[in-house]
Amino acid sequence: MTTLSRRHDFVLIFDVANGNPNGDPDAGNLPRLDPETSHGLVTDVSLKRKIRNYVELAHAGEDGLHIYVEEGAILNEKHRKAYVALRGDEKSKKDAKLNPKDDAEATALRDFMCANFFDVRTFGAVMSTGINCGQVKGPVQMTFASSIEPILPVEISITRMAATNEAEQKKRAEGAEEGDARTDNRTMGRKHIVPYGLYVAHGFISAKFAERTGFSEADLDLLFQALTNMFEHDRSAARGEMTTRKLIVFRHENALGNAPAHALFDRVKVGRNVDGAFRAPDDKGLGNLAPARKFADYIVEIDRDGLPDGVEILELV
Amino acid sequence: MAYGIRLHVWGNYALFTRPELKVERQSYDVMTPSAARGILEAIHWKPQIRWVIDRIHVLTPIRFQQIRRNEVGHKAPAGKIRQAMNRGDLEGLQLLVDEDRQQRAATVLVQPAYVIEAHFVLTSRADASDSEGKHLDIFNRRAARGQCFHQPCLGTREFAAHFALIEPGAPLPARAPEAETAELGFGTPRDLGFMLWDIDHAAPGRPSLLFRAGLRDGVLEVPAPGSPEVRR
Repeated sequence: MTTLSRRHDFVLIFDVANGNPNGDPDAGNLPRLDPETSHGLVTDVSLKRKIRNYVELAHAGEDGLHIYVEEGAILNEKHRKAYVALRGDEKSKKDAKLNPKDDAEATALRDFMCANFFDVRTFGAVMSTGINCGQVKGPVQMTFASSIEPILPVEISITRMAATNEAEQKKRAEGAEEGDARTDNRTMGRKHIVPYGLYVAHGFISAKFAERTGFSEADLDLLFQALTNMFEHDRSAARGEMTTRKLIVFRHENALGNAPAHALFDRVKVGRNVDGAFRAPDDKGLGNLAPARKFADYIVEIDRDGLPDGVEILELV
Repeated sequence: MAYGIRLHVWGNYALFTRPELKVERQSYDVMTPSAARGILEAIHWKPQIRWVIDRIHVLTPIRFQQIRRNEVGHKAPAGKIRQAMNRGDLEGLQLLVDEDRQQRAATVLVQPAYVIEAHFVLTSRADASDSEGKHLDIFNRRAARGQCFHQPCLGTREFAAHFALIEPGAPLPARAPEAETAELGFGTPRDLGFMLWDIDHAAPGRPSLLFRAGLRDGVLEVPAPGSPEVRR
């Protein structure tokens, strides 16, 4: 396992059709919106959750690829594992609070967590819980994804031909003129969807932090695999159709990088496809165009001219 | 006083959490000196130097937005910890995020842009091989090329900071005309109240150091370390 030695920056472009990519708990699970621009948002933590789920699915139970997933035992239990594995005594299985004796042990515990858990190694984790394993800053940093154009969430009302319980059924029966079993038990529900949205997220992978957590080249390949396939295993009634459309990786020659990230990200341009011609999304002339409803309504252009020395572009999707 | 540097930083969002409003996070109006220090350290830092922030220029209007996210809730009390099934074996151990969840709102800054003016001083760990010129050159070279140790962030790591070096003698980036309002202290200086200056990592308990922040013509002057303006 060779530790990652080169900085990477990536652009992830994914879309959603008739689904809700990321609900906003503040707005009754409406798709997240930037209130000022009406652009859709998908939070970093939402994307990270999908990466974790994919790795868990693809490599369940494999050594070194364990994940803090959302089932099973409690966080502290894992930290206790680290102590037990390291000290191998009875005391560490009972103590209510465990703190590393010294820096050496803290480091050993942290390394144990990094070696066993893919997501700790990748995103880092705060493990200074009651049982202290310290903090890890992971090499991979994700940002919010935002849509190319404003999105218009649509509220869909749906019905269910069943009542939750008898009380509800009675209440409905009282209101009805004559007992029609179909209307008696009907309950109404709501779904929020985005008819179509194309989202762009940026990510950064620091080779210097990778040294600290032991994030390797193999982990990087797995991360890119996860970014490519994570929506394929995240199907649900709420999500609609989500797909990774583009994954563009800028690979630097060295650990510190060879160009500013923003200059590289600016090379990826996404615009509307007007009869095969590229039009920037803020082009005033797009006002009369029908809204985008499929990926083919967009064009992704990568400017490869005059690339800074020591930066290569990998188009993984 | 070493020759200083100026760095232009900007991003889509920022969250400089007020220490008194940490659960439902609320950002300060302006970047704190400690956040600015973190950005500089993401580009270049060695134990031999210490960054000192001199002033922070605010280039865009101060605007807030609310974002609520699902976060992992409290830590499980250690008393409830069951013995793991197989000792020293991680099989099947997982974190219960969906049963231990808190929805927390964060009030974040939108489209922030700043210029950080700073210099560094050599610490007691510096030896003969450390000259200020050397570290200054390293920083300037890295910042000009966009190199960094890790991508700096505006308060929290999901809000990445883009940065560009302002060469010595070059003018500051133009401030948006709509930003020249009383809110940024144009006309009359605006008092921002007490703000986190930095955290004293050397002292036991790591206390916060505060200072009385104010904006005058879009500039936040940061008191020097050890000056009476920095309170405990």
